[in-house]
Amino acid sequence: MEDTVIRAEGLTKFYRMGEVEVQALRGLSLLVKRGEAVAIMGPSGSGKTTLMNILGCLDRPTSGEYILDGEKVSGLTDDQLAGIRNRKIGFVFQTFNLLQRTSALANVELPLSYANLPNDGRDRAVAALRAVGLESRMKHRPAELSGGEQQRVAIARALVNEPAILMADEPTGNLDSKVGQGIMDLLLSLNRERNTTLLIITHDPRIAAQTQRTIQIRDGLIEENIQ
Amino acid sequence: MKIKRVLRETFTSLSANKLRTGLTILGIVIGVAAVIAMLSVGQGAQNSITSSINSIGTNIVYISAGARARFSAGNFNSVRNIRQLTLADAQALMDPFQAPSVKAVAPVIQGGDISASANGQTTTTTVYGVTTSYFSIRNELVSEGAFFNDQQVNTHARVAVIGPDLATTLFGQTTNLTGQTIRINGQTFTIIGVLQSKGGSSAGSSDNQAIVPLTTARDRVVRRAGTTVDGVYIQATSAQAVSEANTQVSNIMRLRHHVAVRKEDFSVMSQQDLLTTATSITGILTAFLGGIAAISLLVGGIGIMNIMLVSVIERTREIGLRKALGARNRDIMIQFLVESSFLSLLGGLIGILLGWLISLIIGQIASASGTTLNPAVSLNAVLLATLFSAAVGLFFGIYPARRAARLEPVEALRYE
Ligand SMILES: Nc1ncnc2c1ncn2[C@@H]1O[C@H](COP(=O)(O)OP(=O)(O)O)[C@@H](O)[C@H]1O
Ligand SMILES: [Mg+2]
Repeated sequence: MEDTVIRAEGLTKFYRMGEVEVQALRGLSLLVKRGEAVAIMGPSGSGKTTLMNILGCLDRPTSGEYILDGEKVSGLTDDQLAGIRNRKIGFVFQTFNLLQRTSALANVELPLSYANLPNDGRDRAVAALRAVGLESRMKHRPAELSGGEQQRVAIARALVNEPAILMADEPTGNLDSKVGQGIMDLLLSLNRERNTTLLIITHDPRIAAQTQRTIQIRDGLIEENIQ
Repeated sequence: MKIKRVLRETFTSLSANKLRTGLTILGIVIGVAAVIAMLSVGQGAQNSITSSINSIGTNIVYISAGARARFSAGNFNSVRNIRQLTLADAQALMDPFQAPSVKAVAPVIQGGDISASANGQTTTTTVYGVTTSYFSIRNELVSEGAFFNDQQVNTHARVAVIGPDLATTLFGQTTNLTGQTIRINGQTFTIIGVLQSKGGSSAGSSDNQAIVPLTTARDRVVRRAGTTVDGVYIQATSAQAVSEANTQVSNIMRLRHHVAVRKEDFSVMSQQDLLTTATSITGILTAFLGGIAAISLLVGGIGIMNIMLVSVIERTREIGLRKALGARNRDIMIQFLVESSFLSLLGGLIGILLGWLISLIIGQIASASGTTLNPAVSLNAVLLATLFSAAVGLFFGIYPARRAARLEPVEALRYE
């Protein structure tokens, strides 16, 4: 098995806004080993989210090479990218992004809908909820859960297809610090116990301090890479 | 994505907004109900017209004076002088050599809106003056009494056989009427029989009538010059012989009236012609009404499209999320198409039930006002409505579904 999960070289991302061109990424290169936990920090507008969208195969770079888990991503079709997101990447969003109209369990099952499973995969969804400590609340709807619990459901959803990488964009941004720390502990323990690579964008230096490595981004480039 | 999962998600997403779902479905329900009701009432009308034409008798050809309307000016001018039919014409049609396919002939004179009174009651009715052959040709049967005989015709007897509706109007009953007196057009007749009911629609109800000997009718009820008659019923020897009888009768009449082919001053109409005409008229009517109803179905479809477009916008973030979780464009497309088809199919099924109910109610109203109309919901109409409504959902769902499928995941996720 390839030891490097993320190998990105010279990534650029330009947005045209009429006359002006916004350079969100300006030739950024990055290597992440399997099982690493990496915090990405940087001021607002520095390109963190843009980078994560590209690394998560949600978006394409304007130029640059990207090899994810041994697979060359540039040049893949939309459908192939969707398949990669489904199998290899688990997203955790700042605003949870749960479907309000269905139960926690149904939310966790959502990625299974798009996977080619031999069965309905319910046991996997239940196991994922158990892993985040919410097995007893699986029939509840998001509105009946606290913010921290909702983020746990979102993490279970990210886990259910056993991805190589968990990507979290400010996962504690909408939570108070105590609950946020609980989420952080959960993510780090998943990283340790399952060897799932963790990429986490955060503003909070105390959270960044808990990862093995912190990357500082400024103006679309890596400014500092602290091991 | 597995179909079971798609259906489950469709169900949760549609039941999350029940009022909206209900209102959207309503458009389709009304459209389909209208289509079904119109088609089934049309079919029912066709059935009752067919059966009332069949009740005229079997293997019948009817001759009347005047050309059948042809929509060309030339023909119209050529029949300026209409020669009336006479008893002699009727007699000639019985010729076994020139008209071997003719089994029986019945000349008739008739008058509508003729006053009839008895038992202190007065009404109007249709009076037929006929010869004895009429009864068997028209399949008339009596519920009591008897028809008149040749001798009564020859002696201008003042006897009448009355229809059950006329009997009920005047006497409040259809039994124990033989021997009673009835005044028709002010003349006294003795009732000798009451006809069995033939049913049929109120327009031209064959149950409100009085049948009297041709001779008596001409003298006292519907006056006609000389031996003129209004029409001649002819019965062919068999169903297969109807068109031959038609030809033979036409040939004889052309010779007698000295007219060329397509210049006839009489018209020959077989029961089959009547059926064909009636069927085509009700068919056009049904198609017309069904077409109007289909427009409302179209409007319902536009309603679905509208709601699906709103839904796509509302669920932009959800679409972005689904894509982030691995949904392909095709998966999103299918999800929205299944939703819109499900909406219209559900509306279609409810609409079929409602339309069926409406057609029953129309049937009830019709029969309450004296018209026999049994709306017939045909399997074809149901299949048509089901397919059509599903197609409406698919068609009007395609555009919103494509918009959903084409959303960029990053853009969609950022959507507030
Ligand atoms: N879709 C877009 N269109 C135009 N500019 C964009 C778009 N997305 C991001 N940007 C710009 O790119 C830069 C980096 O954005 P982003 O990656 O969201 O920063 P961060 O997440 O670090 O706050 C910002 O200047 C932002 O305005
Ligand atoms: Mg950001």
